[in-house]
Amino acid sequence: MNFKFGLFFGLTVAFAAPAFAQKALEAPGGKYAKDAEQVFRSSFRDDNPKYWMSRLAQDETMKTCGQYRDNPPRKIGEKLEKLNAATIRYPVEGKLIGDWKEGEKLAAVGTGGHIGFIQPDPAGKLRGGNCYACHQLAKKEVAYGTIGPSLQHFGKIRGNSDEIIKYAYDKIYNSNAFSACTNMPRFGLHNWLTPEQITHIVAFLVDPESPVNKD
Amino acid sequence: MIRRLMKTLVGAAVFAAFAGGVAAQDSKVADEIAKYREALADGNPADLFELKGEGLWTEKRGPKNASLEQCDLGQGPGKLEGAYAALPKYFKDTGKVMDVESRLVHCMVTLQGFTQAEVTKQWYSKPGKDSDIEALVTYIGAKSNGMKINVPATHPEEAKMAKMGEYIFYRRSGPQDFSCAICHGQEGKRIRLQELGNLTTQDGAGFAMKTWPSYRVSQGTVWTMQRRLIDCMRQARWPEPNYLADSIIALETFLQKTATGTVMETPGIKR
Ligand code: HEC
Ligand code: HEC
Repeated sequence: MNFKFGLFFGLTVAFAAPAFAQKALEAPGGKYAKDAEQVFRSSFRDDNPKYWMSRLAQDETMKTCGQYRDNPPRKIGEKLEKLNAATIRYPVEGKLIGDWKEGEKLAAVGTGGHIGFIQPDPAGKLRGGNCYACHQLAKKEVAYGTIGPSLQHFGKIRGNSDEIIKYAYDKIYNSNAFSACTNMPRFGLHNWLTPEQITHIVAFLVDPESPVNKD
Repeated sequence: MIRRLMKTLVGAAVFAAFAGGVAAQDSKVADEIAKYREALADGNPADLFELKGEGLWTEKRGPKNASLEQCDLGQGPGKLEGAYAALPKYFKDTGKVMDVESRLVHCMVTLQGFTQAEVTKQWYSKPGKDSDIEALVTYIGAKSNGMKINVPATHPEEAKMAKMGEYIFYRRSGPQDFSCAICHGQEGKRIRLQELGNLTTQDGAGFAMKTWPSYRVSQGTVWTMQRRLIDCMRQARWPEPNYLADSIIALETFLQKTATGTVMETPGIKR
């Protein structure tokens, strides 16, 4: 048993009682969870390359979030948040704020990373943050989703102190460092965005000249 | 049917006029569908698929030169009324929980003598290559129009399948940490401009499931539920499941069970 798993297992046992006391919903799948995992794993085409199939692996955060329908008891949530905070890496030069114009582009790109045989993204397709899928940002972009809160005027409201800049960077790098099991992806953890790309998106959020704050 | 078809043909022309704009500007699509719906009242290009499906159902085909008219979709051989609304379902003869598509393929293999590979090669249509399965499923689906979705999942195998579907629905993985629940677990959310219902409630699941199979304006063809869910897995950035995979049937069982009681309005028309 590796350390992380041991830790996780211990926590699960420790917190199981209060979870039941709150009449928590049964974990999805109930007694068939193991069968379901096997059915799911064996449902994919044989010709999916190995490195595609590796996308089905789950870390502790994914597993635990699924188990609790993304609503873990606070103690378990806190543990996951610590685990995730520990993964955050910073750009070599240490500067957390980049070019908002680059960030603006990255925030809008929703393609990249689609695999499969029907409609995959072409190799080398720019992989963006797809922030508009879930957030309102610049006023002029009206095709925004509402899974996350509006981030319009993020810098105007929160300012651009070092603290806010670091918060924005950390949040994009690993959203679960602040709110375990959030619907927001962990862009840095998965190397979906590089640290440099994240600094550009941070600038897009906090720079007074960025369209997020300007109009 | 003929009157509806006439309307559809007129509609097809109207639709062709819109199609250019649709491709050009995705964000206007919702508007255009609304306009399109108005112009057509009860017409839908899917009516053409339905008609073609009816032909394929009754035509003698395959090595055994047989029609599908003896196919048992769960209500008895040849009984189509309400069959779609009651699927997926456990079938004694195969010992499996099957959805409309896996059962249809089973019939094409056993009654008509096709091989599974032949039948499923064109399970969805590509430009210039129409899919018989899309047409047949549209026809079968329409025979449940006005009837209540009825998948109580009381047979132990069905109950297990529904539970496994629930597990998969909440299972997170991939480089975006996605699960079905991320996009479909809350009320009143949208991704970009696409509205996403809450598929974990009867209302939300019912609103979605009652309209399938559906003509997809952006794709210019009918999508079956298998096609819909396999594409959602693509959106989740996961690898591609097999057509007719048990994981898809499990999700369908979970969704149909949740939607049970909702009156079918199929074929639908969507973005
Ligand atoms: C799949 C949906 C989704 C995507 C894509 C997404 N987010 Fe989020 N985001 C959320 C949700 C939900 C929350 C609220 C819960 C939380 O704080 O994690 C959130 C919260 C945030 C917050 C914290 C807001 C606050 O008031 O403190 C920031 C900052 C943020 N997102 C930035 C981004 C950026 C930048 C991107 C693109 C790189 C992005 N998000 C992409 C769903 C998403
Ligand atoms: C990244 C977001 C995302 C994920 C993850 C996702 N879907 Fe979807 N799903 C969509 C979008 C977008 C649509 C189309 C909505 C539209 O066009 O209006 C859709 C449509 C659907 C529909 C049809 C809804 C209707 O009203 O007709 C169903 C059912 C569905 N998804 C189920 C699932 C299941 C089951 C999963 C998990 C395997 C899943 N989705 C994962 C985004 C997603």
